[in-house]
Amino acid sequence: MNETSYWTWHIITGLLVLILLGMHMLIMHLDGILGWFSPAEGEAVSWDNVFSRSKHVGFTLTYVLLLGAALYHGLYGLRTILFELSPPVRLQKFINVTFWVGGVFLFIVGTYGSLAIFKQ
Amino acid sequence: MANQKKHSNHLGILGWIGGGSWGHERLLYFIHRITGIGILFYFILHIFVTTFGRFSKGDWELIMGGFESPIFKIGEFLVFAAFAFHAFNGIRLVLIELGFAVGKAEDPVYPYRTSINKQKPLMLLMMILAMVLILAGSYDFIRLAH
Repeated sequence: MNETSYWTWHIITGLLVLILLGMHMLIMHLDGILGWFSPAEGEAVSWDNVFSRSKHVGFTLTYVLLLGAALYHGLYGLRTILFELSPPVRLQKFINVTFWVGGVFLFIVGTYGSLAIFKQ
Repeated sequence: MANQKKHSNHLGILGWIGGGSWGHERLLYFIHRITGIGILFYFILHIFVTTFGRFSKGDWELIMGGFESPIFKIGEFLVFAAFAFHAFNGIRLVLIELGFAVGKAEDPVYPYRTSINKQKPLMLLMMILAMVLILAGSYDFIRLAH
């Protein structure tokens, strides 16, 4: 990808993260006010509530979508900060490879976590 | 960061605070970067914690029990506040980047109107919305503390 597509994807994933992470934050941290998707007693982060959300396919799909979009957005943001410091070209290539490999690895770990609930 | 002629950045990270002119946008830029880095590091830990706690109720409660102390609650609130700022400032940046908050070209008739006439109210609106969200979130954190 060239730099312009990287940047365009940064904006697209930014808007995706805005919507999905916005929902995530409202569900997890405004549960006392809103109480969305937390049918069981206790906090939104309690196991019973986490379990009831995670077994919905809709949540699994949006978790994976949010995971990918947020990883891209965050890692590209950090890459921009690092590249601004004018690293030598070899270091730039190293950063690119490390971030892609690391990002894909974290994506696999997180996707596995989103699917793990279905084994129970 | 589009393709452009590269100049060496001799100020380095100090350029975040030291380069160019100082205004409210410089401050927002600085906080946007700090909050972005903070959220990214929380997020990477969050992926591991939520994945490895997801295999059973016992695992989840064991791992989550490790984050009960007040220091983690304060840290969690800081991540929430960072999210609120980064989100609303991000909306502002996208609106300006895509040209919505720039305004159309027009004849320079006195009193001149500039894009600042649009961008300053936008900035104020976004910061007020971020503060409202942070206050709503702090209610939840205070409730948990009792």
